[in-house]
Amino acid sequence: MAASVPPVTIRGKALIAGVYEHPGRELPDRTLPQIHADVAAGALADAGLTLADVDAYYSAGDAPGFGALSMVEYLGLDCSYIDDTETGGSAYLVHAQHAAAAIAAGHVNVALITLAGKPRTGGAGPGGSARFSSAPEASFENQFGMSVSGGYALAAARHMHEFGTTSEQLAEVKVAASTHAQHNPHAFLQDVVTVDEVVSSPMISDPLHRLDCCVITDGGGALVLVSEAVAASLDRHCTPVLGTGTSIKHTSGGRIDLTHTGATRSGPLAFAEAGVTPADIDYVSIYDSFTITVLMTLEDLGFCAKGDGGRFVSDGALQSPGGVLPFNTDGGGLCNNHPANRGGMTKVVEAVRQLRGEAHAAVQVPDCELALAHGTGGSLATRMGSATLVLGRST
Amino acid sequence: MSDLGPSGLPVPPPNPNLETQRFWDATAEGRLELPRCDSCGHVVWYPRERCDQCGSTSVTWFEASGRGTVYSCTVTRRIPGSWRAAAPFVLAYVELDEGPRVVTNIVGCDPETVHIGQAVQVVFDPTPDGPALLRFTPA
Ligand SMILES: [Zn+2]
Repeated sequence: MAASVPPVTIRGKALIAGVYEHPGRELPDRTLPQIHADVAAGALADAGLTLADVDAYYSAGDAPGFGALSMVEYLGLDCSYIDDTETGGSAYLVHAQHAAAAIAAGHVNVALITLAGKPRTGGAGPGGSARFSSAPEASFENQFGMSVSGGYALAAARHMHEFGTTSEQLAEVKVAASTHAQHNPHAFLQDVVTVDEVVSSPMISDPLHRLDCCVITDGGGALVLVSEAVAASLDRHCTPVLGTGTSIKHTSGGRIDLTHTGATRSGPLAFAEAGVTPADIDYVSIYDSFTITVLMTLEDLGFCAKGDGGRFVSDGALQSPGGVLPFNTDGGGLCNNHPANRGGMTKVVEAVRQLRGEAHAAVQVPDCELALAHGTGGSLATRMGSATLVLGRST
Repeated sequence: MSDLGPSGLPVPPPNPNLETQRFWDATAEGRLELPRCDSCGHVVWYPRERCDQCGSTSVTWFEASGRGTVYSCTVTRRIPGSWRAAAPFVLAYVELDEGPRVVTNIVGCDPETVHIGQAVQVVFDPTPDGPALLRFTPA
């Protein structure tokens, strides 16, 4: 399906005014609602706004209770617009798309999106087990010991089989992330690792080693999107949302192709709306639940040909500064942070930092004018929600 | 920890519903039955009473061959929870000769020898409730 620009575009009509990433990685003494409130306060303060300014609230499966219904009350919000879209770790990019559309339509002035979770210190995981056990596919997938890493390993194994991708090439993704994480004082893992160290770390599920897997951290993050009128009233430099795309890729009635992701559809939609191509992008935040997630996503977004991901990520291509496509300069989910087992939020946060020129000086991309953030939720092995945002330079 | 089936792997009972009862009843009798769309001929997976290709809600069940090929596989060596003791074990997608790619385990062989493209044959691993899980062994 060819991507086409919708007749009414959101291009540039909504701007990201506030972002916040919780600095904590282990939060045993905070409740889940408290962490949502902490990150909401952080992003609103970043924007120069308050809870009273918020007229739209967005949450996903990590929000406790009734989702937005519960959290709007807990936070003390007065909202005329809510959205509980749940696509796993990509949900926050989908929310940004929906918020941008609502802002462009004039329904919303200030949208707040929050994420919080405590997978490290014992909080309940997102989503109810009853919800998942009643899924129509449940008994045909859940009886076979498919861990998260096992599922992604199935995708990696097939990619290797079809395209000759190697463990050393996958390791390059982790190496690049670790070179960035050494500069992030909040990163869960701050040590630079080598390809050798990645491929000699314990095998979890062939071909994925422990160091091919993201970290497990408590924490969260939040975004504030505003209209052009609100943005004009703020001191904060705001980051325009130029293009958005969402897709769901699934097993296609039992004919799953494990070698591609939903980015094959969400990417072209976002590029078309923004009116740019992959070659125009200065920085990318790519959801990195595992090294294979990054490699396949880069192919599917068009940064290299299908099957060439392994060669593309080699030789420091993803490192900042100096690489041809600097990625995840905060250290990403592989090293820095993967709050609530959902990495989409922090992808947007670091992209905004780059566009503001507020990334760590050691990894700031010079003259960063166009950034892409991509989220993947669900599993490469079954069904995933994919979402892509193209963001412009803060003005 | 669930009980172990003859395969040596856990056999967590499935949760049949009105659309899948026929599938599970057949497995209890050692048969693999699949729904085929009456309108376009598509063999539907996971089993359901509708065709995801053409939208038809008319399907006819037929007995499948039980033969297939490994589409992808991984030896899971570390896994939390109730499967921990079963590791290392092979998680796989098997492409049935009838078309669908199904999540399963490859059993009855050295996990290190399983590979993509390998021909496999279904084995029925009974759960305590009666229905059996589809697992596969080298053909
Ligand atoms: Zn049909």
